[in-house]
Amino acid sequence: MGNDAPTPDAAASVDFKQVQSTKQFQELRKRHRSFVFPMAVAFLLWYFAYVLLADYAVGFMSTKVWGNINIGLILGLLQFVSTFAITGWYVSYSNRRLDPIAAEIRHEIEGHEFDKEGNKISGVTK
Amino acid sequence: MTLMIPAAVDVADLKETTLLNMGIFGLFVAVTMIIVIKASRNNKTAADYYAAGRSFTGPQNGTAIAGDYLSAASFLGITGAIAINGYDGFMYSIGFLVAWLVALLLVAELLRNTGKFTMADVLSFRLKQRPVRIAAAISTLAVCFFYLLAQMAGAGSLISLLLGISDWGGQALVIIVVGALMIMYVLIGGMKGTTWVQIIKAMLLIAGAAVMTFWVLAIYGFNLSDLLGGAVETSGNPNVLNPGLQYGKTETSKLDFMSLGLALVLGTAALPHVLMRFYTVPTAKEARKSVVWSIWLIGLFYLFTLVLGYGAAALVGADTIKAAPGGVNSAAPLLAFHLGGPLLLGFISAVAFATILAVVAGLTITAAASFAHDIYASVIAKGKADADTEVKVARRTVVVIGLLAIAGGIFANGQNVAFLVALAFAVAASANLPTIVYSLFWRKFTTQGAIWSMYGGLGSAIILIALSPVVSGAKTSMIPGANFAIFPLSNPGIVSIPLAFFLGWLGSVLDKKLEDTTKQAEMEVRSLTGVGAEKAVDH
Repeated sequence: MGNDAPTPDAAASVDFKQVQSTKQFQELRKRHRSFVFPMAVAFLLWYFAYVLLADYAVGFMSTKVWGNINIGLILGLLQFVSTFAITGWYVSYSNRRLDPIAAEIRHEIEGHEFDKEGNKISGVTK
Repeated sequence: MTLMIPAAVDVADLKETTLLNMGIFGLFVAVTMIIVIKASRNNKTAADYYAAGRSFTGPQNGTAIAGDYLSAASFLGITGAIAINGYDGFMYSIGFLVAWLVALLLVAELLRNTGKFTMADVLSFRLKQRPVRIAAAISTLAVCFFYLLAQMAGAGSLISLLLGISDWGGQALVIIVVGALMIMYVLIGGMKGTTWVQIIKAMLLIAGAAVMTFWVLAIYGFNLSDLLGGAVETSGNPNVLNPGLQYGKTETSKLDFMSLGLALVLGTAALPHVLMRFYTVPTAKEARKSVVWSIWLIGLFYLFTLVLGYGAAALVGADTIKAAPGGVNSAAPLLAFHLGGPLLLGFISAVAFATILAVVAGLTITAAASFAHDIYASVIAKGKADADTEVKVARRTVVVIGLLAIAGGIFANGQNVAFLVALAFAVAASANLPTIVYSLFWRKFTTQGAIWSMYGGLGSAIILIALSPVVSGAKTSMIPGANFAIFPLSNPGIVSIPLAFFLGWLGSVLDKKLEDTTKQAEMEVRSLTGVGAEKAVDH
């Protein structure tokens, strides 16, 4: 989109720099990044640790724990568990901490709270 | 029900089931075609054609994503890899699944909020339109083409097993039929029709795999340890349970596995046909729900393949699988035949065909949308084309891509196809992911950074593949006679992905031109809040 024909929506005349500098938006961005960045680093480290172990620590991974089930299989299945767990955690975090504040900002903007000059317009709500 | 188990799988018996396979597959085509025609009645606008009117729910789209993602390479390839190489095959599934967290945390919702139809919409949002859009469209087309070629070539080799057609002409004919059907689906149904095909196929595939998994587990008294013991017993090699059977041979092959792992985990969230699916839902929240659904379905499915792979190793045996027409890929169909006889084999074979058909359709509509929307409408017609013309161009592109895929599939038939899928992932991770991440999260990212990163990533991935043992210098190479393999790894990701990230950073800090900070603010606000995001089409 960008330079394409502008979308005919309420956001077309919004001063986004103004919105970007509001405390509310800064808070939303902080909450989003402080969750997704550490989590992304964590699961990537955990995944590569697993790949490295399978690649270079074959003896350790082949240690039998219970019947024919070895450490490699357990760690592999734990990758599934951690993926499901992070998914669930992110969904509940978004629902509680991100969605409400994003919806608030959206309602304010789409109700034309700010004009091009960054002045707050009151009384216009959607 | 008694568990009737034939003593051994006789490969010659498989041909007798050809008619049954064709019948079940024909039924699938007929049913989906009716649904596609019904779904297409509401196709009026560009948003209808490319993004299904943004009217699918999260769970529906999540199922369709699973349908798009669980290609024949996943189902037949991973089951076969586990049956033959044991634990190393299982590690593919883990990379393919964990990769979805990148899509969930970093890409899906932000992309849904800022784009319209294609990946290039997001990448060129706050940078210079023309150069970035062209680069994004070229890498979209490249990834789709490699992926498409792999699926079409896979169709050819599958046929030798499933339909008992082993001569070259017969296989070419089947590739033509698959291509022609795919063109019809996409022309008539657009994204809506394609999505329904994906949904039906995903449900059939997961249901089929679930039945077989339950059956295998029942044979071993629902004891995973006994099943693993059975695999060891049949193969006579206790190492099938340990890592390293395939990739642990040399230091080079170990490094190759790291490289593959990197491409798998970073490639998924940059596959254009997966990204495009996020536009078929009405909001970012539904995009999130889609990813959550697909993670559960895909994770469940990969757990099934663990049981199926070791089940095939235990009940059919690696030697029988390798000797069968279709080789490694025949593990799942042979296991189906062993368990449920011709009827289950027919069902699983039809599902495998449906899988290829659906994935190919999804790739084709992505490539056509990228050409019509990014190259034709924005670059050739300079934004002056109306939506009707754009859709018309997209439809023509579908036919062209379909014909190219048929020709490429016939040409690539019998080639080493696994590397084409790996190449598609490596190219996506190198050419697309750095620019997606930078443009969403790094304020100082510039047009020059995007161009360097995308062309650098695309170029280095393709050049390294061309200079690798998959193309020359080994018995299994595409050109076994020649040797110009100066790059020792089969997977370029470990070099090309960091290089593309570095080039994106370098190009940006060296760029003297400043980017529009207003556009950056707009993109950031839109991506996180969903302000002004494309709405669902109201019918």
